[in-house]
Amino acid sequence: MAGFDKRVYSYEEAMAGLEDGMTVISGGFGLCGIPENLIAEIKHRGTRDLTVVSNNCGVDGFGLGVLLVDRQIRKVVASYVGENALFEKQLLSGEIEVTLTPQGTLAEKMRAGGAGIPAFFTATGVGTPVAEGKEVREFKGRQYLMEESITGDFAIVKGWKADHFGNVVYRHTAQNFNPLAATAGKITVVEVEEIVEPGELDPSQIHTPGIYVDRVICGTFEKRIEQRTVRK
Amino acid sequence: MALSREQMAQRVAREMQDGYYVNLGIGIPTLVANYIPEGMEVMLQSENGLLGMGAFPTDAEVDADMINAGKQTVTARIGASIFSSSESFAMIRGGHIDLTVLGAFEVDVEGNIASWMIPGKLVKGMGGAMDLVAGADNIIVTMTHASKDGESKLLPRCSLPLTGAGCIKRVLTDLAYLEIHNGAFVLKERAPGVSVEEIVAKTAGKLIVPDHVPEMQFAAQ
Repeated sequence: MAGFDKRVYSYEEAMAGLEDGMTVISGGFGLCGIPENLIAEIKHRGTRDLTVVSNNCGVDGFGLGVLLVDRQIRKVVASYVGENALFEKQLLSGEIEVTLTPQGTLAEKMRAGGAGIPAFFTATGVGTPVAEGKEVREFKGRQYLMEESITGDFAIVKGWKADHFGNVVYRHTAQNFNPLAATAGKITVVEVEEIVEPGELDPSQIHTPGIYVDRVICGTFEKRIEQRTVRK
Repeated sequence: MALSREQMAQRVAREMQDGYYVNLGIGIPTLVANYIPEGMEVMLQSENGLLGMGAFPTDAEVDADMINAGKQTVTARIGASIFSSSESFAMIRGGHIDLTVLGAFEVDVEGNIASWMIPGKLVKGMGGAMDLVAGADNIIVTMTHASKDGESKLLPRCSLPLTGAGCIKRVLTDLAYLEIHNGAFVLKERAPGVSVEEIVAKTAGKLIVPDHVPEMQFAAQ
C-alpha cells in the first residue's frame, strides 16, 4: 500500500484504531445506504461508550440497532429514532442518551464540520425546544439559531463504487448523509459494492473526492428494505 | 359531513400550480399526490435527497437504494435529480420549495405549529419537519379540527412544544379551510354540510367569520 492506494482487505483493518468513547458519524437514511458491514465490525470489536451521529439508529437487529444489543452506544445524535424497540427501552431506562436534531441541521452540522466551519446560523428550531441554551441572533429582521458543527473520530460511509484513490460515487437515494459524513471524520472509512480500475470513474461525476477518504473496502450488502411499497 | 382523508387531499391539491416544486409530509399530505390536476406538472421533493419522486415501483422495479423520506420504495420520474441530505435541506432552508404540506397536532393564532412532541410520551424525533416549516413561505397544515375527545386543535396558543414559531398561514382541517391573519383564524371555506356554528364551537383560538363562508365543492364519487 503506497501513495494514494487506500484499499484495505479486511473489516478488521478497516476499523483499526476505533476505541471506547469515540464519536462515530454514520451515513444512511433509515436502512438505505448504511455501512452495514462496518457497523457489524464495530459490533464484533465490542467497542463501548460510543457517541453515534446518524440520521437514524437502525432497527431492531439491523443497522446501528445491532450496537444496542450489547449496549455499545452511550449517546446518539439523530433526527428520528423510531422503529426500534430496544432503543426505546434503553432510552426510557436512561442507559442511552439522545440529542434529537432537526434533519437539515444535522446534515449541515456534518457538512460544516467537514468544511472547517465551527458553527452556523439557521432559522430551523427558533422558538422550539431545540433552541434551549443556544445563541439566537437577528439577521435582516429574522431570528436565527447558532448551531455548532460536528466532527467525528471515525466516519463510516456506504458508497456504490470507488477507486483506490478513495473517489466515491453513491447510488440513487443511498447517497443521503454519506457524502457529508465522509467529510467529517478524522478517519473516514468507505465501504462500497465495487472497487473499479483507476480512471474508470468520470472525475466530474465524483460525489466524494478521495481527499476525504482514508480507507476503502469492498463488501457485499444485504440492503434491507423498511417499507416495501409497490404499485399493482 | 367532515371531509374524508381523500377529500382533504383533493382540497389541498387545488392549491397546486403548474411548475411547482412541492414537499409532501407523511399521512394525508402524501395522498395529495394522487389528486394533482390533469395537465399540471409538479415536481415532488423528498427530503432524503430526491427531487422528482415518481410512482411506487412495480415488483420488478423495487430497489433498496431508491426510497422516499417515509422510507417507502419509490421511483424517480423523468427530470428527477438525486443529491445529498445537505443539498436537500439547502433547497428547503433556502426557500426554493414552492409548497409544503404537513400534518400537525396543534396550530395557533400566531401561526405557531406543534407536530412532533407530546410530553410524557416517547419522543421519536422531528425528522425534517422543523427545517420544512422554517424554510418554506407557503405551507398548508392538514389535520383534524378537533381531537377524538372534541378538544380543539386550533388554539389561542399551542400547548405542546413547538415545531416552528410564526410560520403557518394556512390550515385545512376536516371541517374547514382557514387562514391566519393578524392573530386570528379567518374562516375561508367549510366542508360540505358542516355549519359555521360547529366550526365556531370547535375552534378555541380567535376566529373571524366573514358574512359568507362558501362550502367546498367536490365532484360526486
